Order: sequence, then structure tokens, then C-alpha cells
Amino acid sequence: MTDSQVLSVRNLDTRFQTQAGEVRAVDDVSFDLQKGEILGLVGESGSGKSVTGFSIMGLIDEPGKIHGGQIQFKGEDLINAGDKRYKRLRGREIAMIFQDPMMTLNPLLRIDTQMIEAILAHEAVSRESARQRARDALGMVGISSPDERLRAYPHQFSGGMRQRVVIAISMLHAPDIIIADEPTTALDVTIQAQILYEMQKLRQKHSVSIIWITHDLSVISALADRICVMYAGTLVEQGPIDDVLDRPTHPYTKGLIQSVPNRNSTGQRLAQIPGVMPTMINPDPGCRFMERCVYAKQKCADEPALVQATDDRQIRCHYPLVN
Amino acid sequence: MTLYILRRLLQSIGVIFVVTALVFVGIYVIGNPVDILVSTEADQDQFERMVKILGLDKPLWEQFLIYLSKLVQGDLGRSFAFSEPALKLVLQRMPATIELVTVAMLMALIVGIPLGMYAGLHPERTASKTIMGASIVGVSIPNFWQGIMLIFVLAVSLAWLPSGGRGEIKTVMGITTSLWTADGWSHIITPAINLALAQCTLIIRLIRANVREIALLDYVKFARAKGLRRKRIVYVHIFKNTLVILITVVGLQFGNLIAYSVVTETIFSWPGMGKLIIDSVYILDRPVILAYLVIVVLLFITINLIVDLLYSVIDPRIRLDSDKHSS
Repeated sequence: MTDSQVLSVRNLDTRFQTQAGEVRAVDDVSFDLQKGEILGLVGESGSGKSVTGFSIMGLIDEPGKIHGGQIQFKGEDLINAGDKRYKRLRGREIAMIFQDPMMTLNPLLRIDTQMIEAILAHEAVSRESARQRARDALGMVGISSPDERLRAYPHQFSGGMRQRVVIAISMLHAPDIIIADEPTTALDVTIQAQILYEMQKLRQKHSVSIIWITHDLSVISALADRICVMYAGTLVEQGPIDDVLDRPTHPYTKGLIQSVPNRNSTGQRLAQIPGVMPTMINPDPGCRFMERCVYAKQKCADEPALVQATDDRQIRCHYPLVN
Repeated sequence: MTLYILRRLLQSIGVIFVVTALVFVGIYVIGNPVDILVSTEADQDQFERMVKILGLDKPLWEQFLIYLSKLVQGDLGRSFAFSEPALKLVLQRMPATIELVTVAMLMALIVGIPLGMYAGLHPERTASKTIMGASIVGVSIPNFWQGIMLIFVLAVSLAWLPSGGRGEIKTVMGITTSLWTADGWSHIITPAINLALAQCTLIIRLIRANVREIALLDYVKFARAKGLRRKRIVYVHIFKNTLVILITVVGLQFGNLIAYSVVTETIFSWPGMGKLIIDSVYILDRPVILAYLVIVVLLFITINLIVDLLYSVIDPRIRLDSDKHSS
């Protein structure tokens, strides 16, 4: 682990016990995050992206449990970190942003209450100086007349403004990592662009590392340095963003890229990957993508391992595509 | 805001009119109160004189119009049985009922909120399942049987508490209350438990369901991701949000308790409005019944108004009218 590396996830295995059986929500996921890096975590709904994020935050609730693997934060093991350590960590060293800004802020509490409580949770400062900091944070994410806005309630803000407030809250303690769980999915495109701009600014100014969870490849291509593609709880491919998007080697990644609507294809059927994602309850051994893969052969019934394809690319496939 | 309150008060006048008309006709259909009031030895002459005195010889619509014109002047008539102003009779009994209902509601809240919160926050624990199981029993036992059993156990078998009446009463700041003396408390506890049980189970179930729902919402997860202490998450982020639904139900149930208290007051011979209305229905004492209803309608309307006002205090998204408040 080098100095610039802030997070290292190895063989993460998170499971949920349900009445239908054990759900392998995250199965053998490994990746590293460098200081100031934006890592895109991509996959369709239910592929385990969010659960990966919550696992890092230590927010997996019953009936879920982290069964194995390692999460190292600046060299510190987080899997076995106690509640106390996590309470200090959350919001201070690792912050999280959620998908729907309409739901992330408590509708009954004023913005200042929600910001000041976040500061006081980690630092013994006076309310006045906490308020000052909250105001500065709002200014930083481009909210005008922050003094007045502090006294407002969430419903008096638009969706984009709320997400800015949430980002401001996540930046209050200048964390090392922000886990952003689909933060622009609920916003319209122009607002989305503004939020992306704010995040990039934060990265440049504070060299914060960001894990950007999304299913939107176009967002990630403009923002991320590296990409991890997840499918049915497993990591299927990772590498530098341009490299992976230009030359995908996993059939699933290729399918995903082809599924992005293209403006030249008016009147044509949109490309899609046939079939649906398999259930993650007691999954069959073998490649999880086999059922939907046009390249599948007999060997795919054996589980492929995540292998280092080149210096900076990893893939989980017996028959990687050659570009 | 003032406009809103005024509009609500105007609506209440309409409600009072409709309720009065319905009850007026209803009592007229049931029978002639003079049959009950006049002694069996009275002759036809005395009987008819009585009918005239009470104004019952006139046609129904005329009786109603006379009643209404007096009502507008604030005169709710005299009780047939006690020949005292009906309003005075009801108002005399009102503090006892309000006192009983309030104590019962407080009991239900004090027990129900913590149990409901606990069951909602830890649905998997055995204690939570026990609470929920017990609450089903609480809902299922009929109110009157519960009252009789309470008397049987607490007053008869154990002889800890008296079985009825209101005990020693004191007048504090113009309000007669039994909450000022130990004897008064010993009298109010059993009937209050009787009234509170059903409410308590309702509150437990309500809070539990609401807490479970809120605990899964993003803003609670976000509060955790901010690194807040669990106490703050539970009391500020979760509990404050359950208040919205709690206030609605407490408001509605407060009215219901006044209605249920008719049964409880009868069982425990608690001298409140409920007992008065039952006694008055037996002897078809129309002015008292009507006065009771007017008072109860006013109480309901006041409670609902308070609930609406509280809403806007708790939830900033709710505005009562289009008054321009600058934020």
C-alpha cells in the first residue's frame, strides 16, 4: 500500500440472510482508491454497488453482515473497527452522499440544524463558530445568501440546491473519501452538470477521493479516472476509464457500453443485453453472466477469478474480448 | 391564521345546527318525556298541564324553532328533570370528564410512546414481540368487561383502590379537580386505566409501525453517515417525525375518549358528563342531551383546531392558509 492510497478493498463479501435464503449482495470485490482519485463504480440496479458503499461506511444493518475480506483505510483495518471508531470515522473521514436529495435531508429540521449537528458530532466547537462554518460550506458549493438559506427548511430548496446542501454537509470535515451513491440520478441534466462541476472542483481544491456509484456511463466517462464494473455482486472488470470504455474486454462491459442510446440510430431498436440479472440468492457456481453472454462456452460453468490482464486492468472472464 | 380560525368556527356553527336537528327529531320519535316525569297517580289534567309547561304541545317544527332562537341567545333551556339550566348541569359535570380523559390519555402516551419506540427500533427482539403480543390482548378485551375486571381485582379482591366515585375534590383556580388530593388520585386511577388501555395499545402499534418506516428512510441513513450519536438520531430525526402522525391520532382519540367515557363513567359511577347523558337519555331529558351534544361538538372542533395548529408548528411544509410568511 503506497502513501497516496487512501482505501484498499480486498475480497469484500457482504451477505444478507433472508427468508428466501442467503443473498450474496457483494461477492469478492477488490479495488484501490488513490488520493484525489475519482473511481466510478458502475452496474445495473441490484448489482451490489450501494451495498459496497455501505460496507465501507460500516452501515450494513441486520440481516446483512460482512462475511469476509478486508477494508483498509489509510492502512487501518475497518472490518474489525468497533462502533466507536466508526462513529468518529463517518462524516469526518469518510462521508456519503445519497441518490435522492429530496429524501436525504430531514424535512422537519432546518438546514442550519442539520449542518450544525454534523459539525458538533465530531468537534467540540461553539454553536456560533459551527454556524459560521456551515455558512462558509454553503457558499463553497455555490449557494447564494447562505445566511438566509441556513434558516430555511429543505422543502424551500430545489432538488439541485438540496444536493448542494448535502455535498456541503459531506465536505464539512474535509473528509478523505466521499462515497457518492448515484448523486445526480434524481436531477435533471443541467443541474447534473453543475453538480459534476462542483465535485470536480472539490477534488481539485481539497484532493478528496471520490467513489462515484452510478449506472450512468456517460456521467462516469466525463468524471472518473478509473472504473469498476459490477455485475450480480461481483466485480467483472476494472481499469482506467478511457481504456475500459474504448476497449472493453468483459462481454458485460461491452454490452453496457452498447446499451447507451446513440443519437445516430434514430428509428432503430436500442441495443440491450438479453435476459435479466440472475438472483443472488445461493447463486450457481460459475460465471454469473454466463446465462446472458453470447460468448459463453462450457468452461464458463467454472467460476472465473479476477485476474490482472495488464498493468492497470483486471478482468473476471475466461474468454476476454480482444480489441 | 386568524382568518383560518374564524372560518373553522363558522363551520362549527353549521355542525351544531345539523347535530341539534338530528337529535331533536330522534328524541321526539323515541317517546314522550312526560310519561316518565309525571308520577303514576297524576290525572289527565296534571299531565296536560305538564305538557304545556314543557312546551311539548306545539308541533315539532315549532318546538325546534323556539329551541333554535333561544340557542342563538345562548339559552339551552332548562332540564325537564332538575328544572335547572341544562348548560349549567353539563358544565358542572364537564371538569370531571375532561380530568378523567386527560389522565387516561397521558397514561396511554407515557406507556405507549416508549414501548412503541422500542418495538419499532428493535423489531427482532423478544421483548418487542412480547409487547406486540400483549397489545393484541389489550385491543381484544371489550372495554366494559375490562372495567368490571379492574373493579373486581383492584377494588374487591385486593381492596387497594376504591371502586367508584370521584373522591375528595378541591377547587383550584376555579376548577374543581380530584387531582389535588391523594384520595382523588386513588379514585381516578382505575377508571383512567380502563379508558387508557385501548388507547395505549393503539399508540404502541402506531408508533412502532411509523418508527419502522422512518428508520429505513434516507435521511435517517444520512444522519448515521454524518456520524451522529444514536440518541440524537432516535430522538431528533426519528421521534420528531413520528410526532406528526401521533398528534393526529391523539387528537382524534381525545374525542373518542370523551365518547367512551360514557361507558367507563357508568361502570365506575364517575360523576362526569358521560354519566349525566346516560341518566338524561333514560328520562328523555331533551335539553340536557342537546346541551351535552353542543358542548361535545365544540370540544371536538376545538381539539381538531389545536391539532391543525400543532401540525403547522411541527411540520414546516404544512401551511394553514395562504398568508404570505417570509422565510
